[in-house]
Amino acid sequence: MINTSVVRQIGTDELAQFRAVQQLAYRCVEAVAAELRPGMTEKDAAARMLDWLRAHGVNDWLHKPFAWFGDRTAFQGFSGLSHMAGFSLNFFPGSRRLEENMPFILDVAPVLNGALADVGFAGVIGHNPTLDRLQDDLMAHRELIVDLVQRRHTLADVARAVDALCLRQGVEPRHKAYPFKVLAHRVAKLDNPATPRSVARFGLNSTLNLMAQSRAGKKEGWSPLWNTSEKSDHAPTPGLWAVEPHLGFRGVGAKFEELLVITETDAFWLDDDLPHVRRWQARQAGHTVVPPQPELQAA
Amino acid sequence: MSATLDFVAPTPADVKPTAASGRVPDRRFVVSAGDVQLACKAWGSPDRPTVVLVHGYPDNSEVWHAVATDLASDFHVVAYDVRGAGDSTTPKGTQAYRLERLSLDFEAVINQVSPHAPVHLVAHDWGSIQSWESVSDARLKGRIASFTSCAGPCLDHVGHWMRARIGRPSLASLQATLAQMVRSWYIYFFHLPLLPSLMWRLGLAKAWPAVLRRMERITVAPSVTQTRDGVNGVALYRASFLRRLLWPQARVAHAPVQTLVTLYDNYVSPRLSDDLGRWVPLHWRREVRGGHWLPLKNPTLMAAMVREFVQFTEGGLDTQGQRPDGRPMPGNLRRTLLKGPRLPFSGQVAVVTGAGSGIGRCAALALADQGAHVVAVDINPDSAARTAELVKLIGRDAVAERVDVGSAEQMQALADRVLRDWGGADIVVNNAGIGMAGGMLQTDIPAWQRIIAINLWSVIYGARFFGQQMVAHGRGGHMVNTASAAAFSPSRSMPAYATTKAAVLMLSESLRGEFAQHHIGVSAVCPGFAETGIMAATEHVGVSADVQAAKRAKATKLYKMRGLQPETVAKAMVRAIRNNQPQVMVGLEAHGARFTWRVLPWLSRRIARVEMV
Repeated sequence: MINTSVVRQIGTDELAQFRAVQQLAYRCVEAVAAELRPGMTEKDAAARMLDWLRAHGVNDWLHKPFAWFGDRTAFQGFSGLSHMAGFSLNFFPGSRRLEENMPFILDVAPVLNGALADVGFAGVIGHNPTLDRLQDDLMAHRELIVDLVQRRHTLADVARAVDALCLRQGVEPRHKAYPFKVLAHRVAKLDNPATPRSVARFGLNSTLNLMAQSRAGKKEGWSPLWNTSEKSDHAPTPGLWAVEPHLGFRGVGAKFEELLVITETDAFWLDDDLPHVRRWQARQAGHTVVPPQPELQAA
Repeated sequence: MSATLDFVAPTPADVKPTAASGRVPDRRFVVSAGDVQLACKAWGSPDRPTVVLVHGYPDNSEVWHAVATDLASDFHVVAYDVRGAGDSTTPKGTQAYRLERLSLDFEAVINQVSPHAPVHLVAHDWGSIQSWESVSDARLKGRIASFTSCAGPCLDHVGHWMRARIGRPSLASLQATLAQMVRSWYIYFFHLPLLPSLMWRLGLAKAWPAVLRRMERITVAPSVTQTRDGVNGVALYRASFLRRLLWPQARVAHAPVQTLVTLYDNYVSPRLSDDLGRWVPLHWRREVRGGHWLPLKNPTLMAAMVREFVQFTEGGLDTQGQRPDGRPMPGNLRRTLLKGPRLPFSGQVAVVTGAGSGIGRCAALALADQGAHVVAVDINPDSAARTAELVKLIGRDAVAERVDVGSAEQMQALADRVLRDWGGADIVVNNAGIGMAGGMLQTDIPAWQRIIAINLWSVIYGARFFGQQMVAHGRGGHMVNTASAAAFSPSRSMPAYATTKAAVLMLSESLRGEFAQHHIGVSAVCPGFAETGIMAATEHVGVSADVQAAKRAKATKLYKMRGLQPETVAKAMVRAIRNNQPQVMVGLEAHGARFTWRVLPWLSRRIARVEMV
């Protein structure tokens, strides 16, 4: 199934390892999501995810768990500092309390034995029609992204196509609020990780690894930060990418985040057995999405 | 009368109304209610659904004669004189006028006229104030099928309304409170001893028709009971006002309620009904451009609104306000059903053309944010449907319409559907348009015809078909036409586009002059280089497909660098509607183009020679 020889740095057994970490991370957010009750704060939720993952053997992170409630799911009013590439203290878990019908997003990125996953999960206690809509819309993005990468469009063009689809859908691409406005970032196996340390919730080992990739990419003409900028105007770089489209509409945000495998000739989602995919399969019977119609300009 | 077009144009102020008209009642009878005998009158067949009319102060049931006559063709109409007024007897003491007593009077009347079927209650002024008591008291649950309240709020609701505003003061809330307190001057006066009744006795009663003529431009015949109507009714205020305002109870209506909000009311502020959603689960809020005495000033309009509401609510509604038999809500009710707090455009329907993308979609969403329902019109049905769906997520009603705005037939049909389904448009945004670049000699005749149809004829159709409709329904409204900074920018590179937009601008200004008398505002919005889909679709005439693609890509990139968002234009449109602005420039380049064209036309002419695209 997988042409392992062309997956640079990552072999089949390692893919299985990444898949296992991703499953663990999704089990964590699903477990904590099921425990959430009105009145809990973002800090409560983040602490529960931290405890859950530590109890399952995780002691290093790409970033420690994040939780956003209410209009913070759409990063409403987050003022990223442009000279700090969009880093903002607003992302850190705060004292916002969960209410009924209020959307939430849980985001964790554990490292286990050098393999890491970065996952995002949107949900609600009760019912939120806007969230439903956004979660349906996200699935059009999931199809679009893998389709365009398979057709070897440049990563910047894929990110632009995601923006264009957002425009047609009438929703805001809120991943633009992330540092470096990333739609995705590349992840690689951490070889011989040092003692886990973190600065401002970001794990040092993973961050250093990302910086090393960035240096390597600069020489070879690619970037581990996938966005619409010219730095991403290159053919899809083989490896594992944590893709995180994040949509917002009127104070409601939704995202998923999962690993995309890119090879020299192909691309596929690492795992389809994930909550947002299962949700979509359950809904698909009676629903239609805005079909992805990439309008890429001939380069 | 058709079920959809019930909104009759209000009588212009200078035309003498027919207040004193109306047929004498078919039957008169007396109902015994504890300490008083209530004089009742009835019109129409008793087999029909019963409508009970309750009058206000200082009136008696004669105030209803014209409305009752109109309604009598469809309903069994009953009106009675409130205790102490008209031909009813006078009880002893102020306490006999408490709201609880008044509600018992109403119960005695309906026990007699409709003991088995629930009645439809229609009330004005103090009649409405006392009827809120009946509509929110569990004792009468199931006895009232619907309540039409005109210019008379529930005192408890007003008490909560004032608490909310004084408790969390802001400049706007204090202003609203103060405005209502000024309008209530007569209420303080009525709490003074002796003076109010002395005033009625010493000539106010005789002068009352003249007062109404001067203050409200209503002609009424003098009433023989005017003195006692005025004198006894003072007790209504004294018995209940302070008690209910200062110690308000939580009063929730158990029947569907339609409030007829008189916008130019000298005594009751329209803002008093802002919070009604808290107390009324099913609430239709219908604004009337007129003064306090709607039953006298425009009985035809009031009867039409009552008829529509009674016919729809007869037989009961589910919790969503729908009929169990599935008959759709008439347009006027669909439009005015108010869910949640009242917003500036609540109860209004906005028709937006080109609503599938760009400025049109943003305008549809911005108007929905302000409370308007939206008819999203686009040539692309999928994108229109998407806009309608987003509007619904905001919490308003919406439909998508696939219409070619350049077709007279399709635009006329659209206007007809809006009238049928919504009772007519309140806001029309003629926004659909296309771009075209290339000189006169490259632009062939079909291209000219195409752009004139879409950019100019569409506005003419919109203005004519919806203008006729808005003048006829009489609610007033607003029309926004999307012009462009190009309207001030002569250019050798885009004569077709600039010409159509200049025409739209002049059309808007002319319409504004014509529609002002109908309370319809007209605005032209002139955006600069807004980042919409128009550049990626602009037709570059006289060049190959490859060259056109390259030019489009280049222009799109430049527009992106400029970064003028369609949301900004939509916000400007909302502002233009709320403030009735004639022309709105959006973006520095738009202001610059207008300034140059007006003050330095030679410079505009120099620029016109430069090849732009």
